[in-house]
Amino acid sequence: MEKTINQRVPTPLTKRNSLKRYIWKKRWLYLMCIPGLVYLILFHYVPMYGIMMAFQNFSFKKGIFGSPFNNFANFQELFGSQIFYRVLRNSLFLSITRLIFSFPVPIILALLINEIRSKVYKRMAQTLMYLPHFLSWVVLGGIVVNMLSMTDGLVNDLIAASGGQKINFLGSVDWFRTVIIGSHIWKEAGWGTIIYLSALTAINPEYYEAAKVDGANRFQQTLYITLPGISGTIVIMLILAIGGLMNNGFEQIFLFKNNLNQSVAEVFETYVYQVGIAGGRYSYSTAVGLFKNVVGAVLVFSSNLIAQKLGQPSFYS
Amino acid sequence: MPGKRSAVRKTADEYVISGFSHLIVGVFALLCFIPILLVIIYSFTPYDLYLKNHFDFFPSRLTLDAYRMVTNYRYIWTGYGNTLYITFFGSILSLIVLVLTGYPLSKKDLKGRNVYMTLWIITMFFSGGMIPNYFLIRTLGLLNNRWSLILPGLVSCYNLILMKNYIQGLPGSLEEAALIDGANDLVVLVRIVLPLSAPILATLGLFTAVGYWNSYFNAIMYMTKRANWPLQLVLRELLFESAVNEMTAMDERVSTPFLLKMASIVVATVPIMCIYPFLQKYFMTGLALGGVKE
Repeated sequence: MEKTINQRVPTPLTKRNSLKRYIWKKRWLYLMCIPGLVYLILFHYVPMYGIMMAFQNFSFKKGIFGSPFNNFANFQELFGSQIFYRVLRNSLFLSITRLIFSFPVPIILALLINEIRSKVYKRMAQTLMYLPHFLSWVVLGGIVVNMLSMTDGLVNDLIAASGGQKINFLGSVDWFRTVIIGSHIWKEAGWGTIIYLSALTAINPEYYEAAKVDGANRFQQTLYITLPGISGTIVIMLILAIGGLMNNGFEQIFLFKNNLNQSVAEVFETYVYQVGIAGGRYSYSTAVGLFKNVVGAVLVFSSNLIAQKLGQPSFYS
Repeated sequence: MPGKRSAVRKTADEYVISGFSHLIVGVFALLCFIPILLVIIYSFTPYDLYLKNHFDFFPSRLTLDAYRMVTNYRYIWTGYGNTLYITFFGSILSLIVLVLTGYPLSKKDLKGRNVYMTLWIITMFFSGGMIPNYFLIRTLGLLNNRWSLILPGLVSCYNLILMKNYIQGLPGSLEEAALIDGANDLVVLVRIVLPLSAPILATLGLFTAVGYWNSYFNAIMYMTKRANWPLQLVLRELLFESAVNEMTAMDERVSTPFLLKMASIVVATVPIMCIYPFLQKYFMTGLALGGVKE
């Protein structure tokens, strides 16, 4: 069929024919799309179709096409259960406190790095503070757990040596969020400075010259030139962080969660794993995951929309 | 105002701010690095010295005892093998699909391109979630197969957009000349676009490799047999559960679980440390490249 199109060059151009000819002309470009398309459908859209399980009483033997639908029974159970509200509260409370405490750190660090004139000092400091970003959560979590442990932990040894009471950092409800947020800052705050540092380089140096002539000191320069200069970046990073409030990161939480701190440590990701994969309640846990994903998608989508309204050039298209 | 005296001479407040900045940045950088340094020191510390004083950060002797025991542990090696396999094939395949997909998507006037792009972007906002993904892998018969850790996260939409934007930023004149000479799009991609894309490919390849090396979430769902575990999962069992006792049971006097854990961390992290200088070289350019549009 394609051959005939190629040979019959001067045929009257019906719409159909010209489309076929177009596709034939661009055939290599379309062929290139095939591997990505197969991946996209199989590993992204098939699982989205699998969300149907949330509305079924899914059983393995019958499969997704044979399992009986029970409509919203899973969601009724979900919204009627105490655990759901605890998980929701834990997830949001943890991510919001993390946002409050960890969001300003890279901004402050970037402002301070910007004040350092010595290139060598700057590069050495950056090399050290970017490193944790590239280490796995298992490694960083393993270091934290071993440093804070009651038996071998360096921190508790120090506390004991100075005459204090050992603290059960890992097995206590009170310390869980501190450990999570602290280790998060350790891993990501240094790396997070990069985006602000690149925003800082975009500020016109003439502003500073002018300010100096007008007698502004360094602190005033920071307040009136530097901060306004990166405020756009700050706002956009904040909006994007708000878009991710439903995510707490399985890999980190799962390491620190144990029987003693479970009442504050159980978040959506770990709960879905616990009930679904470990507990085998597939339909119910799919419903939990769907709730999380829908709320998360609404947050991400609206925060992106706001970011674009504020003049962030569209990242897509 | 002191600032008026001279633009060259440092004023008092500049000294204060500069000193303060050096101090805080230096302290933060050291706080980030010291725990890692301590792990390395402890991993070489002899057991008897550690017993005498936990805070001996400059041990008078160094030993490889802990490393000997860790490297005798079978699952360290199966884990290494699995992780190397996943990292190598995952990164290569990821780059191939990224290039093949990014190139047609960089052609703004290609029919159907916007629909395809939208399909990708949707994946940034919404996903099937843990359980449907688990069933997909199970249905495909990939449980306990290393490809279950490679395929699901093969291409991220974020990387695809960086790739596409980079190709769009390349000068189009070479491509056009080749097309006029009768080369097809595949030849143009391989001969012209690919060599020009080396910087972004290096950047995305390194970051993808680090991602594969470090993750354990999929493995915890899909790998039920220990021999199939990637390194991070083996390490998790050593550090967080009591698997480390399997090593010490053989010879209690040579080491203690704590020192063995420290050595395991080093063993599992050496490759990342080795490529860290390259990562540093590329991530700045990588970020700069991704930001460029048009």
